[in-house]
Amino acid sequence: MRCKMAKKYSLGIDVGSTTVKTVITDDEGNIIYSKYQRHLSKVKETVTDQLKIIQADHPDDSFTVCITGSAGLGLANSAQIPFVQEVHAAFLAVKKKQPDADAVIELGGEDAKIIFLTGGVEQRMNGSCAGGTGAFIDQMATLLGITADELDELSLRSQKIYPIASRCGVFAKSDIQPLLNQGARREDIAASIFQAVVDQTVSGLAQGRTIEGKVLFLGGPLFFLKGLRQAFVRTLGLDSEHAVFPEEAPVFVAYGCSLYAAETSDAFHIETLIDKISNAKASDNIVTGEPLFASQSEYDAFIDRHKRFDLGYADIRKYKGDAYLGIDAGSTTTKLVLITDDGRILYHHYSSNQGQPLDKIADQVKRIYAEMNPDITIKGSAVTGYGEDLIRSGLSIDHGIVETVAHFKAAAYFCPDVDFIIDIGGQDIKSFKIKNHSIDSIMLNEACSSGCGSFIQTFAMALGYDIAEFSQLGLFAEHPVDLGSRCTVFMNSSVKQAQKDGATVEDISAGLSMSIIKNAIYKVIRAKSPDELGKNIVVQGGTFLNDAVLRSFEKEMGRNVIRPAISGLMGAFGCALYARERASEEGSKLISKEELEGFSYTSRSAQCGGCTAHCQLNIISFGKGRRFISGNRCEKGGGVKVTNKIPNLYEYKYDSIVNTVKKHQPKHPIGTVGFPLALSFYEQLPFWHMLFTTLGFRTIVSDESSRGMYYLGQHTIPSDTVCYPAKLTHGHIEDLLNKGVDFIFYPCMSYNLDEGGSDNHFNCPVVAYYPELLLANNPRLNSRNFLHPYMDLNIRKNVIKVLEKSLSRYNIKGRIPRAVDAAYAALERYQHDVAAKAREIIEQARAEKRNIIVLSGRPYHIDKEINHGIHKLITSLGMAVVTEDSVAHLARTPHLNVLNQWTYHSRLYRAAEYVTTQKDMQLIQLVSFGCGIDAVTGDEVRSILESKGKLYTQLKIDEINNLGAARIRLRSLVAAMEQNG
Amino acid sequence: MPEYAKFTEDMIKTHTILVPDMLPVHFKLLISIFENAGYKMELLQNDSRAVVDEGLKNVHNDACYPALLVIGQFMDALNSGKYDPDKTALLITQTGGGCRASNYIHLLRKAVDKNYPQVPVVSLNFSGLEKDSAFRITVPMFLRLLYAVLYGDLLMMVYNKCRAYEINKGESKKKLDKWQRRLGNIFRTGSRKYLNTKRIYNDILRDFASIKLSSEKKIRVGIVGEIYVKYSPLANNHLEDFLISEGCEPVVPSLLEFVMYCAAGNFNDAKIYDNTTKSSIFNRIGYDLIYHKQKELIRIMKEQGSFEPPHDFEHLRRLADKYINQGVVMGEGWLIPAEMAALAKSGVENIICTQPFGCLPNHIVAKGMSRAIKQDNPNANIVAIDYDPGATRVNQENRIKLMLANARR
Repeated sequence: MRCKMAKKYSLGIDVGSTTVKTVITDDEGNIIYSKYQRHLSKVKETVTDQLKIIQADHPDDSFTVCITGSAGLGLANSAQIPFVQEVHAAFLAVKKKQPDADAVIELGGEDAKIIFLTGGVEQRMNGSCAGGTGAFIDQMATLLGITADELDELSLRSQKIYPIASRCGVFAKSDIQPLLNQGARREDIAASIFQAVVDQTVSGLAQGRTIEGKVLFLGGPLFFLKGLRQAFVRTLGLDSEHAVFPEEAPVFVAYGCSLYAAETSDAFHIETLIDKISNAKASDNIVTGEPLFASQSEYDAFIDRHKRFDLGYADIRKYKGDAYLGIDAGSTTTKLVLITDDGRILYHHYSSNQGQPLDKIADQVKRIYAEMNPDITIKGSAVTGYGEDLIRSGLSIDHGIVETVAHFKAAAYFCPDVDFIIDIGGQDIKSFKIKNHSIDSIMLNEACSSGCGSFIQTFAMALGYDIAEFSQLGLFAEHPVDLGSRCTVFMNSSVKQAQKDGATVEDISAGLSMSIIKNAIYKVIRAKSPDELGKNIVVQGGTFLNDAVLRSFEKEMGRNVIRPAISGLMGAFGCALYARERASEEGSKLISKEELEGFSYTSRSAQCGGCTAHCQLNIISFGKGRRFISGNRCEKGGGVKVTNKIPNLYEYKYDSIVNTVKKHQPKHPIGTVGFPLALSFYEQLPFWHMLFTTLGFRTIVSDESSRGMYYLGQHTIPSDTVCYPAKLTHGHIEDLLNKGVDFIFYPCMSYNLDEGGSDNHFNCPVVAYYPELLLANNPRLNSRNFLHPYMDLNIRKNVIKVLEKSLSRYNIKGRIPRAVDAAYAALERYQHDVAAKAREIIEQARAEKRNIIVLSGRPYHIDKEINHGIHKLITSLGMAVVTEDSVAHLARTPHLNVLNQWTYHSRLYRAAEYVTTQKDMQLIQLVSFGCGIDAVTGDEVRSILESKGKLYTQLKIDEINNLGAARIRLRSLVAAMEQNG
Repeated sequence: MPEYAKFTEDMIKTHTILVPDMLPVHFKLLISIFENAGYKMELLQNDSRAVVDEGLKNVHNDACYPALLVIGQFMDALNSGKYDPDKTALLITQTGGGCRASNYIHLLRKAVDKNYPQVPVVSLNFSGLEKDSAFRITVPMFLRLLYAVLYGDLLMMVYNKCRAYEINKGESKKKLDKWQRRLGNIFRTGSRKYLNTKRIYNDILRDFASIKLSSEKKIRVGIVGEIYVKYSPLANNHLEDFLISEGCEPVVPSLLEFVMYCAAGNFNDAKIYDNTTKSSIFNRIGYDLIYHKQKELIRIMKEQGSFEPPHDFEHLRRLADKYINQGVVMGEGWLIPAEMAALAKSGVENIICTQPFGCLPNHIVAKGMSRAIKQDNPNANIVAIDYDPGATRVNQENRIKLMLANARR
């Protein structure tokens, strides 16, 4: 027996989503050992390895032990080792090491936490959203084609910060991508990414509590990334004394865990622990699916079947004759083909654009010129994709076409009677049906890129594989894990759970392939059965080159589909076909070999002064006066002279509402009342303005919405998943308080006005009761400066009675009935005026032979910060715009299969019905992300329109200021309208 | 557009009506009442992953989680082959009101129409919706349903208490099963014994009071939230079981509170908006009757003394007034802040607010009111947990564990 001097230590094991950390403390709580290691999803193995290292130094010592961390719970349970929640572990460590800290911010692989220590201890962590965490930073780095460390270095050389949506990694991606494609500096983007993380932490977790005093920063990302540290310190306004970055930051939680372990009674030798951990049974609650392929022969048959769909090839050095160039400047990849007259491929290229699409494509065109037989004439060229405009002006491409048209052209080449096309690319899913040889019902993934190629890629990298190798692993997995079909972020946690439960990398790989497909089918396409999509399905896009994904699709659909061998190049191939169709005798104006030699460009940013929107412009100059401007939402910023203004009811309504308070103000006001320019006020402002000015009040409204307005009230938003229009309201309230009003008047209304033809006339819960939430969450509001009485505008006597009570301190009781009547009249005048303007617009458009779009949403969708200028995008395509409320009264409610019980929403049904009776009209529905009610209305509006042969287009909008997806839909709509005559 | 299948008079005899698994304790009793009225009913218990998958397939993915689960559970059942689609109908509850939940029935019909157009959907509601159905609730049935809710609530309360502390594992469950059987028989046979509340309450209370409990001090955790997610283990990932396994006592407010909230909302609106209608008068009468029954239950529970009675509803209404107007009547409306405040005041300071991801009313009444409630009750430890087909148990349980770590501190 060798039992000399065996010491008693405590061991803390922190099993995070990406790393394992171990810390040993002695009986005085000093750290005597620590280790930080990525586990690459091999949780048990990594923990065991670390224990073995410890065993070598401490073969005889016994340890009290505890596990913590987001991936540690299952392990702790099955190995029967005590567990402590990680935020609590951090709390214990802070109490010991930094007792005078006021707050702690900890960022981990997939979680973010704040602990407030003084003034009421509170511990918070991110909920179901993992935006703004280490995983998010990794994802963004992948998008830029660099490592997180390189991202950090870039950020230190930044000059400006772009606004990037901070709520979710997915949204941030949508903000970053256009910046990249427009040539913004990568240094600035890097710094903006870190700023987004900071904003996410501050708004998502602090929720109204100010982070101040001595702040402790913990976790891997905050320890390793200097740029991130700087962003936090700068945003929170801390000096070096109040921003503490402890040496042991990466293992801090493990340290707390070890302190917790010291309080437990059972001590073990390391050997026993290794036994316990290696014998820990994986719990059996993983849900698994069928293998993708039952046997090698099944796989071989599958490969043979798909080999049939390939193109001919010709040698670029030997071929003589005409050729056509097609370019697909996608969000993350660059695709390019050169084809012969008879559709054979001369040259093709597919690669990541590494955030520099223009450089990449210019290089490729150079290579073509270098390799090409002098007897080849490029007769035409076309470009599509996110970078279309930039590439087109940079390289003088002949045609720019919308992606859907390009994909349709290419698919029809392989399968002339194709009736359904789905393209899964790096960051997008595009799918659409073909009816009568034209594009119909486009479905895109907006506001969400879950289940796209870049997601698998990020995962493969996180697990230490390259993408091809990783997806190959899944082909013969025996028990693919069921990972659900929702958001990327949720999938992250599903994977985490599967790992915890002992799923193999093979099973996870196959599971991810299946998730992508489920997401595409049930979330984007929303198919109920395969028959609904059609008989002849062509799949394309780089992601389908992955056999596991392709097979998952076939399995889920229960039928075989066509995947052309050039699946990843279909957009480019479609462009080349288009160029061939349009080729003329004049030849192509594509940039020449000589011009290309001296090709260079410079980029700078500027702010447009064309209107109050102040768009952030990116100006790229190619020399010789040629330049490309992006970031503008209308023609003005593009440097184009506006000659014939296309009528637009959105602008008319907006101006009319914003200017409401400019007239009819009393000379000697008895007080000042403020209205937030938000939600229902976008329709009822004329009512309240008239009411209060008639009573002798001066009325003011808050300033127009902007991103800045959102930030102004961000700290008072309690629910981060509510719609953007509601979130903006918080800023408007702050603005009114800053302006100094006697009181803000914002009534609660369960009911809106009854316009007839519906089952009921509610407001949605958010519009109805938002004032309650504002009062409860903005400490500056109280019952004196914020009046939010309940009333029903349908019942005059109720309105009068409620106002008498609310305004009793002003002694104006007798004047109220008359003012109420004046208010009703003012609202009616406003609505008549809007309807009259709509008639005028429709007449003018018809005289000019323009198509008319009924851009339908809610009254507050006229807010420029909410609609992001989509109406201008529509007029820039040559169509006139009217609103749903301006035409709803022209039709009766059609037969519906839903309960029609909200005033604003019932207008949608009537407007849709009206559109079906007008040959030159189409309806586009604007939907705010998070609007649960539009989950009901969207499907119904679609069926009203489609039952009468109209097209249905839905645009989802949020705080993201990226009109890319909207542009694709609108241009496809235009293409389909042209096709249908 | 297609006309959906109607539930006709003769289907009462031929069809089995499937019932979603919303409130396991209560629904078994409710079913026996319908059986007495001649309907054939079956409570669905399928809860595999296929339920969620069917839901995702058949419902707009942005619709809320309860709709997705209920519809998924029906579709999974119909697909199982266990039921003859020509002899099956589906039952769904409908509360009416400005929440999108009133549209579930239509979402369900759309889903059913695709694959089983012959299967009728019937609505269980007390707002006079769906008048053309042969599925009707008569006044005597309504009365029995009320009593079933009272008995169900009592059983749920005493069962939750006992099973957290029972020394002989499984004893409480046995007693629960026994009482469900006994009460089910009374309702099924149409016996009038159910009216003898005093005796039955006391029998139940005494029976459960005889269970040997440990004197261990446990953390009491209140569960409030959206009605379906709050009660249904399928939706909340067996939240009550999880809390018990963590050594806590789950405290779940009674279903009667929701019933009374609906009735009060109706006549309260009439008052707020100066708009008295027949329905508001009827609801006032109904409310008074129910409130009378609630007070009786509270009195008997106090007299017996072993268990904590439910919150007096008028007390809840007064508590609500401190935070939010009773005009907030969409979803669970003002009831959620009132229940949170009542729990906090009665010493149940740890509260989980369960809600479907993106639930509209809960933006206002749950997350929106937490701050105000915490201000008044500094020790209140409120955590909002979102449920959704993609949200994982790990994530939810981790957040609950954080709450419990706070509670133990």
